[in-house]
Amino acid sequence: MTATEAAMPVLQLRQVSKRFGAVQALSNVDFEVYSNEVVALVGDNGAGKSTLIKTIAGAYKPDEGDYVFEGKVVSVNSPRDATDLGVETVYQDLALCDNLDVVSNLYLGRENVRRSGLKYLDLLNETEMERRATEVLRDLSVKIPSVRVQIANLSGGQRQSVAVARSVMWNSKVVLLDEPTAALGVEQTRQVKDLIMRLRDRGLAVVVISHNVADVFEVSDRIIVMRLGRRVATFHTARSTNEQVIGAITGAMLPSNAYGEAE
Amino acid sequence: MMKTQPTNLAAAPNNWREALAERFRQGNLGSLPVIIGLIIIAIVFQSINKNFLTPLNLTNLMVQIAAMGTISTGVVLILLLGEVDLSAGQVSGLAAAVMAVLVSRHNLPAGVAIIGAIVVGALVGLLQGWWISSFRVPSFVVTLAGLLAWQGSRLRVLGDTGTINITNKFINDIANYKLPIWLGWVLGIVSVVVYTLIVFNEYRSRRAAELPTGSLNGVFWRVGVVGASVLAGVAMMSVNRNANAAGNPIQGVPSAVIIFLTFLIIFDFITQRTRFGRYVYAVGGNTEAARRAGINVKRIRITIFMLASALAACGGILAASRLNAANQSSGDGDVLLNAIAAAVIGGTSLFGGRGRIWSALLGALVIGAIANGMDLLALKSSIKFIVTGAVLLLAVTIDAASRARRENSGR
Ligand SMILES: Nc1ncnc2c1ncn2[C@@H]1O[C@H](COP(=O)(O)OP(=O)(O)OP(=O)(O)O)[C@@H](O)[C@H]1O
Ligand SMILES: [Mg+2]
Repeated sequence: MTATEAAMPVLQLRQVSKRFGAVQALSNVDFEVYSNEVVALVGDNGAGKSTLIKTIAGAYKPDEGDYVFEGKVVSVNSPRDATDLGVETVYQDLALCDNLDVVSNLYLGRENVRRSGLKYLDLLNETEMERRATEVLRDLSVKIPSVRVQIANLSGGQRQSVAVARSVMWNSKVVLLDEPTAALGVEQTRQVKDLIMRLRDRGLAVVVISHNVADVFEVSDRIIVMRLGRRVATFHTARSTNEQVIGAITGAMLPSNAYGEAE
Repeated sequence: MMKTQPTNLAAAPNNWREALAERFRQGNLGSLPVIIGLIIIAIVFQSINKNFLTPLNLTNLMVQIAAMGTISTGVVLILLLGEVDLSAGQVSGLAAAVMAVLVSRHNLPAGVAIIGAIVVGALVGLLQGWWISSFRVPSFVVTLAGLLAWQGSRLRVLGDTGTINITNKFINDIANYKLPIWLGWVLGIVSVVVYTLIVFNEYRSRRAAELPTGSLNGVFWRVGVVGASVLAGVAMMSVNRNANAAGNPIQGVPSAVIIFLTFLIIFDFITQRTRFGRYVYAVGGNTEAARRAGINVKRIRITIFMLASALAACGGILAASRLNAANQSSGDGDVLLNAIAAAVIGGTSLFGGRGRIWSALLGALVIGAIANGMDLLALKSSIKFIVTGAVLLLAVTIDAASRARRENSGR
């Protein structure tokens, strides 16, 4: 079931604003996501979704507003700060190396090694990495021919699944996905949607950007609608309809309240 | 489209034929084409001239390719990053000149001259790598500028005489010394034992972690083939190669061969088993992904350019030692092109991120064998160039075709 509103959000943004020159990409946006839930971020092109995600990921520093993690105001100045908190991002263009196998990609930059004294000459502990990678992929029911196959030989859905698996290997608490199914076919979209729901069932907070309202209804617990840099509506997926959400996206029908209360 | 099955059930293909077909489909042939090529070359030359596959000629071949192969080892590193180094030949020549001047004109000890030459190489690489990664100038252009600048530097270092002979015994022995028979065997046997231990240890730890392993038979085969080749090589180089049985025996593994193989082993180890090696492949495969994973791309680039130029310097030292001199043409002519061609013919991709250090050996063997075989047949060097060019073209075409197949497989 959906997260209880009484609980504390694992991650929260308060009144964040971000300007790019003349463009006000975000204005006074509040955002919150709970453990155990999938929040869908929807909105027209240029609504500010990617900017919001990048702010959460630490890639952008907001001009104003607070970043609150597990109830405490924190300062997040770089992607590294965000990953240290347990906030992982799967970017729109996958950050995988085609020429490396699945294990190497899952561990890229965080290799399991036997120390040698010199960081760069640390010896790769391939057996341990492969064992753990196999385990994680099995837990997430990611289906690939072998963990030693090169990324170049995987399908788009399998690649996306590997990218997502990489983001949850490190005790992460929040996973951000920017249009994870944009380039995928029907069956592969299915795989990724299943994976997203499995992440939620493991207790993670998942934020998904999507343009496909039907997909959003399938995977999400709550839907946050952005429009022209503002958060204009919030819906409980189970208690709303396609028309309501599309109306909010286009601005044709902004609800005076969502959840039954003023936004 | 590939079969999809749960990770935990993933099995090795049933037999080698299936495995091969799968690798072909995936554009993952690696060094296989060049090994087949070498076998064909050996058969062709041997059937024309019975002197090709003799201990004397094969040992000569190994010595002939040591300098080129060492430079090519550095080129492989550069190609893995997805860059190119056009200065390698001239850097080797500059290093040779520096060493010759230090030892012959300034009468410095051999060790100082050698280290001085390698340091000059490393500094050249540092400068080029720093320039490339700081100003985002393509490596092609920076090293092309280097090609000219280091050629000029070499001519300056050599001065008016043009040729500097090296009489220092230690330096001339770098390439020309022959190991005592017993030492050759000790080195051969120790390396086979170490290799066997590593392979079996890996097998055992994968078993213990319940990871898929090939069959134990396959492991025995691997160890057997590698061990037999190494020991056969030592045996071949240990017989008397002097055609005149009454004369002084010529026997023992040449030091140039040992030096070249040592470089190959060290750099194969670094690229395959260390964090640094993993990052090199990552940067060559997808620089942006590497950067996002927190890898210091600039540091990796600069280090690789330094290592490659230092290796080029070592190649130059080997060549000068073999020649007992550094001269106006050290590092000129086809040195650079052969080193790059060897890397590519050996199976390292020009597109970055794919290949192994061993391609420097395999490719240098192909180029060296063609040159050597044609010399035996007393063919003109014009033909040699044309054939080597054709082989290079073939290798690059295989590389490009593999890449195209890779892009079509999957998805
Ligand atoms: N780095 C940037 N520099 C300047 N303007 C930017 C930058 N990033 C975003 N913008 C602007 O901010 C606004 C919000 O962009 P954003 O990428 O967040 O939209 P989006 O909702 O993700 O759109 P899409 O659905 O097209 O991905 C747009 O007007 C965009 O042009
Ligand atoms: Mg976007």
